[in-house]
Formats: sequence, structure tokens, C-alpha cells
Amino acid sequence: MKTIVIGVIGADVHAVGNKIIEFTLSNAGYHVVNIGVLSSQEDFINAAIETAADLILVSSLYGHGEIDCRGMREKCIEAGIADICLYVGGNIVVGKQDFSEVKTRFLEMGFNRVYPPGTPIDDALKDIREDLGE
Amino acid sequence: MANYLLIDFGSTFTKLCAIDTEAEDIIETASYFTTVDTDIRAGYHEALNRLFMKIGSPIEFEQVIACSSAAGGLKMAAIGLVEELTVEAAKRVCLGAGAKVDLVFSHHINKSEIQQIIDRKIDIILLAGGADGGNSECVLFNANLLGEMGIHIPIIYAGNKSAQDEIRDTFEQYGMDGYICDNVMPKVNVMNIDPARDMIRQIFLDKIIEAKGIKAIESEIDAVILPTPNAVLEAAKLLSEGYLDESGLGDIVVLDIGGATTDMYSICSVSRRSDVIVSGLEEPFAKRTVEGDLGMRYSAPGIIKSLSQQEIEFINKEKNVDIEEEVQKRYNDVKSLPQNAHDEFIDQFLAEVCAYRAMHRHVGRIEEVYTPMGKVYNQTGKDLTDIKYVIGTGGVIINSNDKENILRRTTNILHNPTELRPQDPLFLVDQKYILAAMGLLKQKNPYLALRIMKKYIVEI
Ligand code: B12
Repeated sequence: MKTIVIGVIGADVHAVGNKIIEFTLSNAGYHVVNIGVLSSQEDFINAAIETAADLILVSSLYGHGEIDCRGMREKCIEAGIADICLYVGGNIVVGKQDFSEVKTRFLEMGFNRVYPPGTPIDDALKDIREDLGE
Repeated sequence: MANYLLIDFGSTFTKLCAIDTEAEDIIETASYFTTVDTDIRAGYHEALNRLFMKIGSPIEFEQVIACSSAAGGLKMAAIGLVEELTVEAAKRVCLGAGAKVDLVFSHHINKSEIQQIIDRKIDIILLAGGADGGNSECVLFNANLLGEMGIHIPIIYAGNKSAQDEIRDTFEQYGMDGYICDNVMPKVNVMNIDPARDMIRQIFLDKIIEAKGIKAIESEIDAVILPTPNAVLEAAKLLSEGYLDESGLGDIVVLDIGGATTDMYSICSVSRRSDVIVSGLEEPFAKRTVEGDLGMRYSAPGIIKSLSQQEIEFINKEKNVDIEEEVQKRYNDVKSLPQNAHDEFIDQFLAEVCAYRAMHRHVGRIEEVYTPMGKVYNQTGKDLTDIKYVIGTGGVIINSNDKENILRRTTNILHNPTELRPQDPLFLVDQKYILAAMGLLKQKNPYLALRIMKKYIVEI
């Protein structure tokens, strides 16, 4: 069974979507490790190491996603999980910015998949299957 | 009439506590130096003589049981994968079992780390790593290297369950003294303390006390049944929780300042508040931390190291002493007792620093996060603000002329809003030094142990 670490990054306390994501991914047959809200980059990475996870799925709802996610890929490399899949979604930046630019910035930061606001988690399932199988 | 004799073989003193189970009272206490380097029985006999002298005549005991921290106590190495997770979990399990954690390693260990395990004469290794179903590569690597390096001291494997079979093979392949146990962290941030703790205790009794020359005493007494700090933790839990119709004290903290370490115990849940989000590794209800660099004699230099040059000069000027010299004196003569008011003054000061620093490391922290609904709080570690009692034990506190000021150092004297220190506790002292003995008695008669503690652990 493939393992996915999920959580809400930074000082973000939006808890509802996180529960829905846990429910959806578990139902889809993944082993979900939910580290909850208020999680630091290190919390995600530590959980991924201990659980030998295949994917880290970061949620950010309150608009500070860009600051919170910066440097995360570098830390993964340092921590010995350089090749892990990184996804991010929610409302990752403030307001209505041109999403293609936002997406480029996050891809440059080393994220494999970047989702615009309002993307339901079911839409991402197809990508997860493609990236991880099962 | 049934009398029990409870013995604590400490690093320096062998302490005896005679109990009359019918009168529900302490008959007498007595102590003498621990003589484990020659024959542990000699010091015990001398202490027993003193006890009988105090009582007036020899008496019979129906049960004689002991705990021990003699001959260096129980020295452990905790190995895990990630520092904040399985490494921390392994460390906490060792501390909860009453061990001193001399070495802590994470990720792939290397040969020089294993050499330290040999050089430091570690008694037991706890090898963890990986949540269940998670990483097993690291524990397999570590078990293999330990085997390759010819490690034959007891090793408890308490990591990812999926690696158990391969670990067992490795233990067999190298002829290691290995034991398999449930994972200390089966899921991320979830702790599973009891199985590994019980296994540590069992190995301590089956092997370690024999190797240290402590078991010789069992020709004269019924049994050694616990490591001393474990007995203290058991007593603290009982005193907090109560037993049957005898109520406990509720949430408590116990501070034990010794020559080599400062031990802090908190018996309470992680938080009582509904407006906080608690993050990090699950906190044990009964938590013990040990500061190996904070102590009155052997570890007194650690106190100086924890101060900045400016703080040292400030202390020297304000208290009109040379604190570095005083500390060196104590380190050079670890058996020294205060001879005059000046010595007492310095010991008091050192104890206050130990209390303050040990709580600084034991206590949880809180941070504010703002939302339109008001503030939300993010907490890591244990919230001790509502602790009802802070209890002092150990020679320096018991003999201090100003016990309250040592214990008060565990509270928020510097008004640091981020540290969740006890806010307004009452201060109690284990005046007869019986906590370890009561942890022993708990194994035979918890009700009685509780009643005696409530009688003799008194407000300052
Ligand atoms: C409820 C709520 C709160 C509650 C949260 C209570 C709680 N503990 O959960 C409270 C009142 C505390 C709150 C506070 C704040 N909030 Co608010 N909040 C909302 C609100 C109304 C609903 C959120 C919700 O639960 N939605 C339902 C769930 C199911 O949806 P979801 O969270 O979006 O998650 C789904 C998807 O986003 C997606 N998804 C999520 N992560 C990922 C990841 C990937 C990879 C993928 C593919 C998909 C995915 O799947 C999830 C499940 O379907 C939204 C507005 C809205 N309608 O969304 C604002 C909103 C999220 N909040 C907002 C803001 C600004 C704040 C505050 C900063 C306000 C302030 N100035 O103080 C604070 C921040 C607090 C903090 N530190 O986090 C903004 C964010 C704006 C932005 N990003 O540009 C929003 C969008 C409102 C707005 N339009 O302005 N908030």
C-alpha cells in the first residue's frame, strides 16, 4: 500500500478540508498519515521518513502558502528523501493572482503538482494514480 | 504484625525504610554508604545495624524488597530514525523505565558511535525507527552494523513491526543478545511506552543487576524489583491518581535534585484546555526527564556551562563568591556535605539553578496564532500551569533551610509567557526521603503506600 502524508502547512488552522482529504484518499486505498493543521515543513518531512511515504500532499488555505513552502524540496534532499512526490493545493496565495504564474513559481520550488483554488481532491486522484499507481 | 523492609540502593547511599503494615506507619528509616564496589551486602548490614539501633532491637521482616540505582544506575543508548519522532520516543521510553540515557543516536549509526556504546559501558540498547509499515531500511542497517561490530550487550528492538523478522534473523546471524518488542511509535506522533518499558525493566532484573554485583544481595533479601527512578515514578503516579477510596493529590510535579542528575517528573495530561492545538509527539501522562548536566556534585560543572560569562560575573559580584571555584570544589569531592553557612548558601544557589533549568527543559511551550474568531494557541509539550503540587525530594532539598525557594524556581518566576510552568502550586517536601520506598511498597500494597505518602509528604 502506498503511503501519503497530508497536513496543513504553516500557521494555518483551516481543518475541514484536511479531514475530507484524509477520508477521500483512505477510501481510494492509500495509507494516509495525517499530521493535521499547524504543521511545519519539518513535520511533513519527518513523518514521511518514518513512514517511508511516497507522496507529501501539502494544503495551504490562508494565503501564505508561498512563504510556508519555500525551501521544502531542498530540505527533502537534505533529509534523504530527494525523490519524494510533493503536491500543494488549497488557496495557496492571497487573492486572485494569475494562476499560471503562481504555478510556475511553485514548480520551480520543486513541487511536482500545483493545484488552483477550488480544485476538489477527487480531481487530484487521477494524478496520484498516475504518479504512484494503485 | 507484618513488617516490610524497603531498600533503595542508591549511587551513594543505601537507604532503608521499615514499615509496620498494621499500624500503617513508618517504623524507622536509616542509611549507610552503598558498597557495591566491594560487596553490596556490607553497606546493607551497616545500614541495618543502624536501623535496629534506632528501633532499639532487631525486628523481623515479612518482606524485604529493593530498588537500585547503584553502580551507575541503568545506562542506556537510545537509537531511532528522526530526532523529533522515533529518537525522542525511544529516549522517553528509556527515561520512563528509570534509565539514564547516556547516548542518543539518529538515522544510520556509524562505527564511532558504536565505539561510544562500548566505551561508555552501556547496559542496554533500545533500537527503534520507522512507524509500523514505514521505513525499515534504517533499523536493518543499524542492527547489522551493531552485529558486525560484535555488540553483545542486550538490545531491544522496538521499531517498525514490518522489520521484526529480518531483525530477528540479524540477531541470530551475529549471535546477539536481542529482544523483539512492540514499536515505541506505531504511528506518527503516537507513543506506545509500556511494552518496551516492561522489557527494559525485565532485562535490568534478569541481567544487569547481576553484572553490576547488585544481585548478590538477593542471598539476604527477597528481591530487587525496580530501578530506583522507576520506583519514584510509580510512587508519583500513585500519589497523583489515588487508590480505591483513598484520593490522590491530582496533578503533581516531582523534582529530585541529586549529585549527578536532576530528575523532573510530571503526572498530568498534556493539556486541559479546549482552545489549544497540541502538536508533536504524544506526551506521556507520567513523564520523566533527566538532566545529566545538572547536579550538585558530579554534574555541578554543567551548571556553570549553562551560564553565560556575563551571568557568571553577575553572580560572583552579587553573591560575593567565586562560583567557578565553588563548583570545582564540589566536583573534586563528590561526597562532600556542607560544613558551614557559606557552603549551604552555595548549595542552595546551585539547587535553585538546577530547578529552574530542569523545568525549562521539561515544560511545554505555547504560541499564539491569530484568527477572526480570536486567538488560537499552538502548544508543544506538557501544560503544567494548573499543577496543584510541586514536590521536592533528594538530599539538597530535604536539608535546605529555604526549600520553598528551590521549588519556586519551577514556577514562572521570570514571567515568560511562552513557558507553561506551574502557576501557583503548593510546595511539598518528601521530608523522610521515602518516595522510592513507596514506589516499592506500591507493588505489594498500593493502598498502604498511598496513605503513608499522604502522611509524610508534607507542606513546607
Ligand atoms: C471556515 C473558515 C475559517 C475558519 C477555520 C476553522 C477551522 N479550524 O477549520 C476560521 C474562522 C478560523 C478562519 C480563519 C482565517 N481565515 Co478562513 N475561511 C474559512 C472558510 C469560510 C471555509 C473553509 C472551509 O472549511 N472550507 C471547506 C473545505 C472542505 O474546503 P477547503 O478548506 O477549501 O479544502 C478543500 C479544497 O481546498 C481542496 N484542497 C485543500 N488542500 C488541497 C491540497 C491539494 C494538493 C489539492 C489537490 C486540493 C486541496 O480540497 C479540500 C477538500 O475538498 C474559507 C472560505 C471558503 N469558502 O473556502 C475561508 C478562507 C479560507 N479563510 C481565509 C482567511 C484569509 C482567513 C484568515 C487569514 C482571516 C484573518 N484575516 O484572520 C484566518 C486565518 C487563520 C489561520 N491562522 O489559519 C481566506 C483565504 C484567502 C486566500 N487564501 O486568499 C478564505 C478563502 C476566505 C476568503 N475568501 O477570504 N477561516
